[in-house]
Amino acid sequence: MPDNSEIIMTNRNERQEISIQQQDFSLADEVALLEQNNPTDGAVVTFTGRVRNNNNGNSVTTLTLEHYPGMTEKSLAKIIAQAKERWNIGRVKVIHRIGELSIGDQIVFVGVTSKHRQDAFAANEFIMDYLKVSAPFWKKERINNDGKTTESWLDAKSTDTDKADLWG
Amino acid sequence: MINIVFFAALREQLDCEQLSISADKVKTVADIKQLLSDKNEQWLKTFSNSSLLSAVNHDMVNSEHLVKSGDEVAFFPPVTGG
Repeated sequence: MPDNSEIIMTNRNERQEISIQQQDFSLADEVALLEQNNPTDGAVVTFTGRVRNNNNGNSVTTLTLEHYPGMTEKSLAKIIAQAKERWNIGRVKVIHRIGELSIGDQIVFVGVTSKHRQDAFAANEFIMDYLKVSAPFWKKERINNDGKTTESWLDAKSTDTDKADLWG
Repeated sequence: MINIVFFAALREQLDCEQLSISADKVKTVADIKQLLSDKNEQWLKTFSNSSLLSAVNHDMVNSEHLVKSGDEVAFFPPVTGG
């Protein structure tokens, strides 16, 4: 039997599934990577999360994202593994940015491919819902109210927990 | 030794990023919380918050989880990424 194992491993490494990074990402580049040499998957579903200018009625100026290095990657890998068990999906990519971000900046990307659309749609939503409640990231927002600037950590939303719980 | 790390609002409340404790003083995550609560009023207040989450070696755990020397134990508030 020819030894293809190394080639396969290399290809997998090139398609790294998780990236925690300060720098921005290109949606077009990510879609291209999901589609490249992937003739079997007819569906590509992507989600991009961006910084909103308003949270709970407060005018947000910047957002700072802190994370727990090591645990972040481990928890995202677990979520991706669960998604692969539940749905018949091809490639997965999760990008989460850290550090200081401004209004309109991209924060998070989830891309999933599958043969047919249902699996990619469901898996993408599942990954995003679980990321929200189990990946160790924390947002601190700087808000400006009547010229006064204050900083505060965001509170977790029970609606996010409820949404994740729906997957059972 | 057990290495203990703190994140986000918790790190700021405690004004502490990490510390080490001797492993023979504690059996569980709950024991660590108790030990840290005894430090002073601020630590007691922080560790009496029921929404506090804990992880051992990068896996989320409950308070009954057993700990041993060489473990990394983390405490942090509910996560808000995405």
